[in-house]
Amino acid sequence: MSNATQGMDVGYVAHLARLELTAEETALFQGQLDQILHYVEQLNALDVAGVEPTAHAIPVYNVFRPDEVGRSLDHDDVIANAPSAANGQFRVPKIIDQ
Amino acid sequence: MADLNTLTLSELSDKLAAGECRSVDIVNDVLACIEERDGRIGAYLTLDRASALEQAQAADAARAAGACHPMLGIPVAIKDLINVKGQPCTCSSKILEGYVAPYDATVVSRLRAAGAVLLGRVNMDEFAMGSSTENAALGKTSNPWNLDHVPGGSSGGSAASVAADEAVCSLGSDTGGSIRQPAAFCGCVGVKPTYGRVSRYGLTAFASSLDQIGPISKTVRDSAILLDTICGHDPMDSSSIDLPATAFAAQLGSDPSLSGMKLGLPKEYFVEGMDPEVEKAVRDAVEHCRGLGAEIVDVSLPNAKYAIAVYYIIATAEASANLARFDGIRYGLRIDGKDPIELYGRTRAAGFGPEVKRRIILGTYVLSSGYYDAYYLKAQKVRTLIRDDFAEAFRQCDAILAPVTPTAAYRKGEKTSDPLKMYLDDILTTPINLAGNCALSVPCGFASNGMPVGLQIIGDAFNEEAILRVGHAYEQTTGWHRQRPEW
Repeated sequence: MSNATQGMDVGYVAHLARLELTAEETALFQGQLDQILHYVEQLNALDVAGVEPTAHAIPVYNVFRPDEVGRSLDHDDVIANAPSAANGQFRVPKIIDQ
Repeated sequence: MADLNTLTLSELSDKLAAGECRSVDIVNDVLACIEERDGRIGAYLTLDRASALEQAQAADAARAAGACHPMLGIPVAIKDLINVKGQPCTCSSKILEGYVAPYDATVVSRLRAAGAVLLGRVNMDEFAMGSSTENAALGKTSNPWNLDHVPGGSSGGSAASVAADEAVCSLGSDTGGSIRQPAAFCGCVGVKPTYGRVSRYGLTAFASSLDQIGPISKTVRDSAILLDTICGHDPMDSSSIDLPATAFAAQLGSDPSLSGMKLGLPKEYFVEGMDPEVEKAVRDAVEHCRGLGAEIVDVSLPNAKYAIAVYYIIATAEASANLARFDGIRYGLRIDGKDPIELYGRTRAAGFGPEVKRRIILGTYVLSSGYYDAYYLKAQKVRTLIRDDFAEAFRQCDAILAPVTPTAAYRKGEKTSDPLKMYLDDILTTPINLAGNCALSVPCGFASNGMPVGLQIIGDAFNEEAILRVGHAYEQTTGWHRQRPEW
């Protein structure tokens, strides 16, 4: 965790997370998140060599179900929530330029 | 017949079975109470009165036709992150304003099958991120015991609705204490079931390795009835465990003796900064349990003090991935941009509140290249140490007694400017989610400011029976849970 002291570049990480921040938000979060990262540095005091990580407290493995066709969500109900739709499909801005 | 809304689920269930009242009468009393009080409390985000009365009529008709279930005709308030088909599900976020759930969560299907009345949607911290319901973007909720105080969070609307008799019981969710803490702050009972007990299908995901749905109610027995209704294996949630049907309510006897039970007292849980009044109420409760015949043993949870650091790495990491789905494409808010990237950035900027943004940024950072090992992997390893501590403790006792929170409910605005200060309040509840155990909160007294205090009873994984037994015995022999706010 030695990198932590260098702090995080909030503007860059926000871009990775697809969040447009205002300058005020960036400055506010920078201070708050630096403080939180400083707090979590206490984990450095712990020796975890040889300790297995826990991803789920009650792990279950290889959960399968029969490969059967079930009922899907109602198409109209789903499209009704779309901010923009056409011909029963979600409409999005152009992704690929000609 | 008046004030049916003030009775417990169990009392109402008996009355319905005996033909002494109808579900329509209960729902009418609850709706009248909401009408009178919710302007002050702000528990509900949305309420469909006509639908509630229709469901109540259907429940009465089903009973007349021979149906019976303890939940038949009982109105339940649903935290606004659990999907109920045809109702809004906003997670108290602007990004989901106007969203209408196209399907039922599994817990909702089970409530419907039992004949419960799905009453309305109750407020919460946005996407369950918070401990005071002050991070809610679509409503403000007050503590029924003192309107200047927070109801706790994130299931603040659930706890406030039950404490104000605006609901007979409620479903909340608990990722780091979000059921137990508001239950404690509002003088209710709340249960976080063992990870894997209750299906999360239809629960808007916050931190998938921690989230559990559970009840908030007026008594331990009421929570047991709700648990029996919602627990059980569901192929739609691959983390749900295939176990025999539970009979928690039936296992609660009338004999409050705790003889033969060993209850652990973790010295690390009486933390620095704990309000002496809270500590006294909890220590008195421990002595009360000793008086009921329990043997009190000292246990140690040496790594619990790292829980906040571990929790705010793991929970934010998982949240940053889970909340990526809110991108303005398929549902919810959209702010257009020249390309999808700009659309995402603008939509999420306008749709998420500050706490959600903070956590997404933190979670993205701890998972990012170069920092993953230092933060996320390290936190997962310390999580193992915390889990091992509980495993060791439960070799020495049947359940652990502890406070739920370091202080009773505080005034609104007291902690909103300092996120870390708010996080630190979760120190006594987050270890249980990290370890995957079950725990409940039951009222055990009041602080001198008149706000309720909660006793936390922690059980080993899948040993809800033990914590419900202790909580029920405590409740039967004390009167705290019967005290109500004055109106």
